[in-house]
Amino acid sequence: MRNIFAGRIGIIVVGAVIGVIAALLQYFGNPPNMGICVACFERDIAGALGLHRADVVQYLRPEIMGFVVGAFFAAILAGEYKPRGGSSPLIRFFLGIFAMIGALVFLGCPWRALLRLAGGDGNAILGILGLAFGIFIGVLFLKNGYSLGRSYAQRKASGWIFPALMVGLFLLLIFRVSFSPNGPIFFSVKGPGSMAAPVLISLIAGLGIGALAQRSRFCTMGAFRDVMLIKDFHLISGVAALLVFAFLTNLVLGQFHPGFEKQPVAHTSFVWNFLGMTLAGLAFVLAGGCPGRQLFLSGEGDMDAAIFALGMIVGAGFAHNFAMASSPAGPAAFGPAAVIAGLIFCLVIGFTQRDRASA
Amino acid sequence: MTAKRIDARGLSCPQPVVLVDKAIAAGDINLEVLVDNEVAKENVSRLAQKRGLKTIYRQEGLDIVVETSKD
Repeated sequence: MRNIFAGRIGIIVVGAVIGVIAALLQYFGNPPNMGICVACFERDIAGALGLHRADVVQYLRPEIMGFVVGAFFAAILAGEYKPRGGSSPLIRFFLGIFAMIGALVFLGCPWRALLRLAGGDGNAILGILGLAFGIFIGVLFLKNGYSLGRSYAQRKASGWIFPALMVGLFLLLIFRVSFSPNGPIFFSVKGPGSMAAPVLISLIAGLGIGALAQRSRFCTMGAFRDVMLIKDFHLISGVAALLVFAFLTNLVLGQFHPGFEKQPVAHTSFVWNFLGMTLAGLAFVLAGGCPGRQLFLSGEGDMDAAIFALGMIVGAGFAHNFAMASSPAGPAAFGPAAVIAGLIFCLVIGFTQRDRASA
Repeated sequence: MTAKRIDARGLSCPQPVVLVDKAIAAGDINLEVLVDNEVAKENVSRLAQKRGLKTIYRQEGLDIVVETSKD
Protein backbone atom coordinates (compact mmCIF):
# COMPACT_ATOMS: atom_id res chain seq x y z
CA MET A 1 0.00 0.00 0.00
CA ARG A 2 1.40 3.37 -0.96
CA ASN A 3 1.62 5.81 1.92
CA ILE A 4 0.20 9.07 0.58
CA PHE A 5 1.25 10.97 3.70
CA ALA A 6 4.94 10.13 3.36
CA GLY A 7 5.35 12.25 0.20
CA ARG A 8 6.10 15.96 -0.07
CA ILE A 9 2.45 16.97 -0.48
CA GLY A 10 1.52 14.70 2.42
CA ILE A 11 3.93 16.24 4.89
CA ILE A 12 2.88 19.77 3.90
CA VAL A 13 -0.81 18.92 4.34
CA VAL A 14 -0.12 17.35 7.74
CA GLY A 15 1.90 20.37 8.89
CA ALA A 16 -0.87 22.71 7.74
CA VAL A 17 -3.56 20.64 9.49
CA ILE A 18 -1.57 20.64 12.74
CA GLY A 19 -1.09 24.41 12.49
CA VAL A 20 -4.80 25.06 11.98
CA ILE A 21 -5.88 22.62 14.69
CA ALA A 22 -3.40 24.08 17.20
CA ALA A 23 -4.65 27.62 16.64
CA LEU A 24 -8.26 26.38 16.89
CA LEU A 25 -7.51 24.60 20.17
CA GLN A 26 -6.40 27.97 21.53
CA TYR A 27 -9.66 29.44 20.29
CA PHE A 28 -11.58 26.66 22.08
CA GLY A 29 -9.82 27.28 25.37
CA ASN A 30 -6.23 26.01 25.44
CA PRO A 31 -3.70 28.57 26.76
CA PRO A 32 -2.53 31.32 24.39
CA ASN A 33 0.16 30.26 21.90
CA MET A 34 -0.15 26.80 23.46
CA GLY A 35 -2.72 25.07 21.28
CA ILE A 36 -0.39 22.12 21.39
CA CYS A 37 2.81 21.92 23.39
CA VAL A 38 4.08 18.45 24.08
CA ALA A 39 6.49 19.59 26.80
CA CYS A 40 3.97 21.87 28.52
CA PHE A 41 1.21 19.28 28.33
CA GLU A 42 3.40 16.51 29.72
CA ARG A 43 4.38 18.94 32.46
CA ASP A 44 0.68 19.53 33.17
CA ILE A 45 0.17 15.77 33.38
CA ALA A 46 3.10 15.50 35.83
CA GLY A 47 1.43 18.22 37.88
CA ALA A 48 -1.97 16.56 37.84
CA LEU A 49 -0.38 13.39 39.17
CA GLY A 50 1.35 15.34 41.92
CA LEU A 51 4.88 14.80 40.62
CA HIS A 52 5.22 18.54 41.08
CA ARG A 53 3.03 20.96 42.99
CA ALA A 54 3.09 24.07 40.83
CA ASP A 55 -0.63 24.73 41.13
CA VAL A 56 -0.96 26.73 37.91
CA VAL A 57 0.15 23.89 35.61
CA GLN A 58 -1.81 20.79 36.56
CA TYR A 59 -4.17 19.11 34.10
CA LEU A 60 -4.45 15.72 32.40
CA ARG A 61 -4.13 16.88 28.80
CA PRO A 62 -6.14 14.66 26.43
CA GLU A 63 -4.06 15.82 23.45
CA ILE A 64 -1.08 13.80 24.70
CA MET A 65 -3.19 10.69 25.20
CA GLY A 66 -4.68 11.16 21.75
CA PHE A 67 -1.23 11.45 20.16
CA VAL A 68 -0.12 8.08 21.49
CA VAL A 69 -3.38 6.21 20.96
CA GLY A 70 -3.97 7.76 17.52
CA ALA A 71 -0.49 6.71 16.42
CA PHE A 72 -1.08 3.25 17.92
CA PHE A 73 -4.18 2.63 15.81
CA ALA A 74 -2.69 4.18 12.67
CA ALA A 75 0.35 1.94 13.04
CA ILE A 76 -1.77 -1.18 13.52
CA LEU A 77 -3.91 -0.39 10.49
CA ALA A 78 -0.80 0.22 8.38
CA GLY A 79 0.95 -2.93 9.60
CA GLU A 80 3.66 -0.79 11.22
CA TYR A 81 2.97 -1.70 14.83
CA LYS A 82 6.28 -3.25 15.84
CA PRO A 83 7.21 -3.47 19.52
CA ARG A 84 10.93 -2.83 19.85
CA GLY A 85 13.33 -1.64 22.51
CA GLY A 86 16.68 -2.07 24.16
CA SER A 87 18.66 0.82 22.68
CA SER A 88 20.23 2.41 25.78
CA PRO A 89 16.98 2.97 27.70
CA LEU A 90 18.58 4.60 30.74
CA ILE A 91 20.43 7.14 28.62
CA ARG A 92 17.18 7.93 26.80
CA PHE A 93 15.43 8.41 30.14
CA PHE A 94 17.98 11.03 31.17
CA LEU A 95 17.90 12.67 27.75
CA GLY A 96 14.16 13.00 28.32
CA ILE A 97 14.70 14.60 31.72
CA PHE A 98 17.17 17.16 30.37
CA ALA A 99 15.14 17.80 27.22
CA MET A 100 12.22 18.72 29.46
CA ILE A 101 14.34 20.95 31.67
CA GLY A 102 15.64 22.80 28.60
CA ALA A 103 12.15 23.14 27.18
CA LEU A 104 10.79 24.48 30.47
CA VAL A 105 13.57 27.06 30.75
CA PHE A 106 12.39 28.34 27.36
CA LEU A 107 8.72 27.52 28.11
CA GLY A 108 7.78 25.29 25.23
CA CYS A 109 8.71 22.39 23.00
CA PRO A 110 9.55 22.99 19.31
CA TRP A 111 5.86 22.83 18.42
CA ARG A 112 5.08 25.59 20.86
CA ALA A 113 8.11 27.59 19.70
CA LEU A 114 6.49 27.61 16.26
CA LEU A 115 3.06 28.42 17.70
CA ARG A 116 4.51 31.24 19.80
CA LEU A 117 6.10 32.72 16.70
CA ALA A 118 2.83 32.26 14.79
CA GLY A 119 1.11 34.21 17.58
CA GLY A 120 3.60 37.08 17.34
CA ASP A 121 5.86 36.23 20.29
CA GLY A 122 9.29 37.49 19.24
CA ASN A 123 11.01 35.62 22.07
CA ALA A 124 10.26 32.44 20.17
CA ILE A 125 12.84 33.50 17.57
CA LEU A 126 15.55 33.06 20.20
CA GLY A 127 14.13 29.69 21.12
CA ILE A 128 14.06 28.51 17.51
CA LEU A 129 17.62 29.75 16.94
CA GLY A 130 18.71 27.93 20.09
CA LEU A 131 16.89 24.81 18.93
CA ALA A 132 18.68 24.96 15.58
CA PHE A 133 22.03 25.45 17.34
CA GLY A 134 21.44 22.44 19.61
CA ILE A 135 20.48 20.35 16.61
CA PHE A 136 23.60 21.55 14.79
CA ILE A 137 25.78 20.25 17.64
CA GLY A 138 23.89 16.96 17.54
CA VAL A 139 24.42 16.66 13.79
CA LEU A 140 28.18 16.92 14.34
CA PHE A 141 27.93 13.95 16.70
CA LEU A 142 25.85 12.01 14.16
CA LYS A 143 28.47 12.65 11.48
CA ASN A 144 31.08 11.20 13.83
CA GLY A 145 29.29 7.94 14.35
CA TYR A 146 27.10 8.76 17.36
CA SER A 147 24.73 5.90 18.15
CA LEU A 148 22.82 4.60 21.13
CA GLY A 149 23.03 1.12 19.65
CA ARG A 150 20.45 -1.08 18.02
CA SER A 151 16.98 -1.76 19.28
CA TYR A 152 15.59 -5.27 19.02
CA ALA A 153 12.17 -6.63 18.28
CA GLN A 154 10.13 -7.30 21.40
CA ARG A 155 7.07 -9.45 21.84
CA LYS A 156 3.91 -8.21 20.15
CA ALA A 157 2.23 -8.14 23.53
CA SER A 158 4.60 -5.57 25.04
CA GLY A 159 4.02 -2.51 22.89
CA TRP A 160 0.56 -1.81 24.29
CA ILE A 161 1.80 -0.77 27.73
CA PHE A 162 2.45 2.89 26.99
CA PRO A 163 -0.78 3.36 25.00
CA ALA A 164 -2.61 1.63 27.88
CA LEU A 165 -1.06 4.08 30.35
CA MET A 166 -2.52 6.88 28.25
CA VAL A 167 -5.96 5.26 28.31
CA GLY A 168 -5.62 4.99 32.10
CA LEU A 169 -4.78 8.69 32.35
CA PHE A 170 -7.80 9.48 30.22
CA LEU A 171 -10.04 7.51 32.58
CA LEU A 172 -8.60 9.47 35.51
CA LEU A 173 -9.49 12.65 33.64
CA ILE A 174 -13.05 11.54 32.94
CA PHE A 175 -13.78 10.30 36.43
CA ARG A 176 -11.74 13.00 38.21
CA VAL A 177 -10.75 10.58 40.95
CA SER A 178 -9.58 12.18 44.19
CA PHE A 179 -7.08 9.90 45.91
CA SER A 180 -6.95 11.81 49.20
CA PRO A 181 -8.25 15.09 50.60
CA ASN A 182 -6.20 17.88 49.02
CA GLY A 183 -4.35 15.18 47.11
CA PRO A 184 -4.13 14.11 43.51
CA ILE A 185 -5.53 14.18 40.93
CA PHE A 186 -4.81 17.93 40.85
CA PHE A 187 -6.58 20.25 38.45
CA SER A 188 -5.45 23.88 38.27
CA VAL A 189 -8.10 26.46 39.06
CA LYS A 190 -5.95 29.34 37.81
CA GLY A 191 -3.10 29.82 35.33
CA PRO A 192 -2.42 27.94 32.10
CA GLY A 193 -3.33 24.59 33.67
CA SER A 194 -6.90 25.84 34.14
CA MET A 195 -7.23 26.78 30.46
CA ALA A 196 -8.35 23.92 28.28
CA ALA A 197 -10.47 23.18 25.27
CA PRO A 198 -13.40 20.82 25.94
CA VAL A 199 -12.15 17.29 26.58
CA LEU A 200 -13.81 15.75 23.54
CA ILE A 201 -12.39 18.37 21.17
CA SER A 202 -8.90 17.97 22.64
CA LEU A 203 -9.10 14.20 22.44
CA ILE A 204 -10.32 14.11 18.84
CA ALA A 205 -7.66 16.65 17.83
CA GLY A 206 -5.02 14.52 19.54
CA LEU A 207 -6.18 11.28 17.95
CA GLY A 208 -6.31 12.85 14.49
CA ILE A 209 -2.88 14.44 14.78
CA GLY A 210 -1.46 11.25 16.26
CA ALA A 211 -2.66 9.22 13.30
CA LEU A 212 -1.57 11.78 10.68
CA ALA A 213 1.84 12.27 12.27
CA GLN A 214 2.44 8.52 12.50
CA ARG A 215 1.73 8.17 8.79
CA SER A 216 3.73 11.23 7.72
CA ARG A 217 6.65 10.87 10.20
CA PHE A 218 6.22 14.54 11.14
CA CYS A 219 9.14 15.65 13.34
CA THR A 220 10.21 19.20 14.11
CA MET A 221 13.70 18.23 15.22
CA GLY A 222 14.18 15.95 12.23
CA ALA A 223 13.18 18.85 10.00
CA PHE A 224 16.15 20.99 11.01
CA ARG A 225 18.47 18.00 11.33
CA ASP A 226 17.81 16.73 7.80
CA VAL A 227 18.50 20.16 6.32
CA MET A 228 21.86 20.33 8.10
CA LEU A 229 22.81 16.69 7.72
CA ILE A 230 21.80 15.82 4.16
CA LYS A 231 20.25 19.04 2.79
CA ASP A 232 16.88 17.33 2.70
CA PHE A 233 13.95 19.75 2.86
CA HIS A 234 11.19 17.16 3.15
CA LEU A 235 10.32 17.46 6.85
CA ILE A 236 11.01 21.16 7.08
CA SER A 237 8.37 21.82 4.46
CA GLY A 238 5.87 20.36 6.92
CA VAL A 239 7.22 22.51 9.73
CA ALA A 240 6.99 25.60 7.53
CA ALA A 241 3.39 24.71 6.70
CA LEU A 242 2.59 24.42 10.41
CA LEU A 243 4.03 27.86 11.06
CA VAL A 244 2.29 29.54 8.11
CA PHE A 245 -1.10 27.97 8.70
CA ALA A 246 -1.05 28.59 12.45
CA PHE A 247 -0.17 32.22 11.67
CA LEU A 248 -2.99 32.58 9.13
CA THR A 249 -5.50 30.96 11.49
CA ASN A 250 -4.35 33.26 14.29
CA LEU A 251 -4.90 36.28 12.01
CA VAL A 252 -8.43 35.13 11.23
CA LEU A 253 -9.23 34.45 14.89
CA GLY A 254 -7.62 37.66 16.17
CA GLN A 255 -4.94 35.71 18.04
CA PHE A 256 -1.89 37.46 16.52
CA HIS A 257 -0.23 39.97 18.88
CA PRO A 258 3.31 40.84 17.80
CA GLY A 259 5.93 41.90 20.36
CA PHE A 260 8.44 40.72 22.93
CA GLU A 261 7.03 42.06 26.22
CA LYS A 262 4.07 40.54 28.04
CA GLN A 263 3.69 37.57 25.74
CA PRO A 264 1.58 34.78 27.22
CA VAL A 265 3.42 32.09 29.18
CA ALA A 266 6.80 33.45 28.04
CA HIS A 267 9.71 35.47 29.37
CA THR A 268 12.13 37.85 27.69
CA SER A 269 15.54 36.48 28.71
CA PHE A 270 17.21 36.16 25.30
CA VAL A 271 20.13 34.15 26.67
CA TRP A 272 18.08 31.52 28.49
CA ASN A 273 15.43 31.27 25.80
CA PHE A 274 18.29 30.44 23.45
CA LEU A 275 20.28 28.11 25.70
CA GLY A 276 17.21 26.32 27.08
CA MET A 277 16.26 25.30 23.58
CA THR A 278 19.89 24.53 22.69
CA LEU A 279 19.81 21.90 25.42
CA ALA A 280 16.41 20.61 24.30
CA GLY A 281 17.45 20.46 20.62
CA LEU A 282 20.66 18.58 21.39
CA ALA A 283 18.82 16.08 23.60
CA PHE A 284 16.20 15.54 20.87
CA VAL A 285 18.86 14.74 18.26
CA LEU A 286 20.67 12.35 20.58
CA ALA A 287 17.35 10.60 21.28
CA GLY A 288 16.23 10.61 17.64
CA GLY A 289 13.09 12.73 17.72
CA CYS A 290 11.24 15.79 18.99
CA PRO A 291 8.84 15.25 21.92
CA GLY A 292 5.88 14.83 19.60
CA ARG A 293 7.67 12.30 17.43
CA GLN A 294 8.69 10.35 20.54
CA LEU A 295 5.01 10.03 21.46
CA PHE A 296 4.07 8.83 17.97
CA LEU A 297 6.92 6.31 18.03
CA SER A 298 5.75 5.12 21.45
CA GLY A 299 2.36 4.47 19.90
CA GLU A 300 4.00 2.32 17.20
CA GLY A 301 5.52 0.17 19.92
CA ASP A 302 8.91 1.87 20.27
CA MET A 303 9.59 1.34 23.96
CA ASP A 304 12.79 3.38 23.87
CA ALA A 305 10.76 6.38 22.75
CA ALA A 306 8.28 5.65 25.55
CA ILE A 307 11.16 5.72 28.04
CA PHE A 308 12.18 9.13 26.68
CA ALA A 309 8.60 10.38 27.08
CA LEU A 310 8.49 9.09 30.66
CA GLY A 311 11.82 10.83 31.26
CA MET A 312 10.22 14.06 30.09
CA ILE A 313 7.29 13.65 32.49
CA VAL A 314 9.64 12.91 35.40
CA GLY A 315 11.89 15.77 34.27
CA ALA A 316 8.93 18.13 34.51
CA GLY A 317 8.52 17.07 38.12
CA PHE A 318 12.15 17.86 38.84
CA ALA A 319 12.02 21.10 36.88
CA HIS A 320 9.23 22.52 39.03
CA ASN A 321 10.20 20.96 42.37
CA PHE A 322 13.79 22.20 42.12
CA ALA A 323 13.14 25.72 40.81
CA MET A 324 14.48 25.08 37.32
CA ALA A 325 11.38 25.82 35.21
CA SER A 326 11.00 29.42 34.12
CA SER A 327 7.93 31.56 34.75
CA PRO A 328 6.71 34.66 32.90
CA ALA A 329 8.91 36.60 35.38
CA GLY A 330 12.01 34.96 33.85
CA PRO A 331 14.36 32.05 34.48
CA ALA A 332 14.09 30.44 37.92
CA ALA A 333 16.91 30.31 40.48
CA PHE A 334 18.34 26.98 39.33
CA GLY A 335 17.30 27.07 35.66
CA PRO A 336 20.62 28.31 34.27
CA ALA A 337 22.66 25.82 36.31
CA ALA A 338 20.38 22.99 35.22
CA VAL A 339 20.77 23.96 31.56
CA ILE A 340 24.56 23.93 31.90
CA ALA A 341 24.48 20.57 33.69
CA GLY A 342 22.23 19.21 30.95
CA LEU A 343 24.51 20.49 28.19
CA ILE A 344 27.49 18.82 29.86
CA PHE A 345 25.53 15.56 30.16
CA CYS A 346 24.54 15.67 26.49
CA LEU A 347 28.08 16.46 25.36
CA VAL A 348 29.45 13.55 27.37
CA ILE A 349 26.84 11.24 25.84
CA GLY A 350 27.60 12.60 22.37
CA PHE A 351 31.33 12.03 22.72
CA THR A 352 31.16 8.64 24.42
CA GLN A 353 28.30 6.86 22.66
CA ARG A 354 29.84 5.92 19.35
CA ASP A 355 29.46 2.90 17.20
CA ARG A 356 32.91 2.12 15.84
CA ALA A 357 31.55 -0.25 13.25
CA SER A 358 29.31 2.42 11.77
CA ALA A 359 31.70 5.37 12.09
CA MET B 1 30.02 -6.29 -9.08
CA THR B 2 28.89 -7.39 -5.65
CA ALA B 3 26.88 -5.00 -3.62
CA LYS B 4 28.12 -3.62 -0.32
CA ARG B 5 25.78 -4.71 2.45
CA ILE B 6 24.82 -2.31 5.23
CA ASP B 7 22.97 -3.64 8.26
CA ALA B 8 20.87 -0.74 9.51
CA ARG B 9 18.36 -2.79 11.47
CA GLY B 10 17.29 -1.40 14.81
CA LEU B 11 19.16 1.89 14.38
CA SER B 12 17.38 5.09 15.40
CA CYS B 13 16.58 7.69 12.83
CA PRO B 14 18.70 9.06 11.09
CA GLN B 15 21.57 6.60 11.50
CA PRO B 16 20.57 4.37 8.55
CA VAL B 17 20.63 7.47 6.35
CA VAL B 18 24.01 8.57 7.72
CA LEU B 19 25.53 5.15 6.99
CA VAL B 20 24.16 5.09 3.45
CA ASP B 21 25.25 8.67 2.76
CA LYS B 22 28.79 7.84 3.90
CA ALA B 23 28.89 4.78 1.69
CA ILE B 24 27.67 6.71 -1.35
CA ALA B 25 30.18 9.48 -0.65
CA ALA B 26 32.91 6.82 -0.52
CA GLY B 27 31.94 5.71 -4.02
CA ASP B 28 29.83 2.65 -3.20
CA ILE B 29 26.89 2.86 -5.54
CA ASN B 30 25.60 -0.69 -5.41
CA LEU B 31 24.30 -1.09 -1.89
CA GLU B 32 22.13 -3.60 -0.12
CA VAL B 33 20.69 -1.82 2.88
CA LEU B 34 19.04 -4.06 5.42
CA VAL B 35 16.33 -2.27 7.42
CA ASP B 36 13.57 -3.51 9.71
CA ASN B 37 10.98 -0.77 9.42
CA GLU B 38 9.06 1.21 6.85
CA VAL B 39 10.39 4.60 7.99
CA ALA B 40 14.03 3.60 7.50
CA LYS B 41 13.12 2.19 4.08
CA GLU B 42 11.46 5.48 3.08
CA ASN B 43 14.34 7.59 4.41
CA VAL B 44 17.09 5.50 2.82
CA SER B 45 15.23 5.47 -0.50
CA ARG B 46 14.65 9.22 -0.44
CA LEU B 47 18.35 9.82 0.18
CA ALA B 48 19.48 7.37 -2.52
CA GLN B 49 17.13 8.94 -5.07
CA LYS B 50 18.38 12.38 -4.07
CA ARG B 51 21.90 11.14 -4.80
CA GLY B 52 20.75 10.05 -8.25
CA LEU B 53 20.44 6.33 -7.55
CA LYS B 54 17.68 3.91 -8.39
CA THR B 55 16.13 1.82 -5.62
CA ILE B 56 14.35 -1.50 -5.55
CA TYR B 57 13.04 -3.44 -2.60
CA ARG B 58 12.80 -7.03 -1.57
CA GLN B 59 11.62 -8.76 1.54
CA GLU B 60 14.11 -10.87 3.46
CA GLY B 61 12.32 -12.65 6.27
CA LEU B 62 10.89 -9.90 8.45
CA ASP B 63 13.38 -7.36 7.12
CA ILE B 64 13.42 -5.21 4.02
CA VAL B 65 16.40 -4.89 1.70
CA VAL B 66 16.78 -1.63 -0.21
CA GLU B 67 19.03 -2.17 -3.23
CA THR B 68 20.55 0.88 -4.84
CA SER B 69 22.17 1.15 -8.24
CA LYS B 70 22.94 3.57 -11.04
CA ASP B 71 20.29 3.62 -13.80
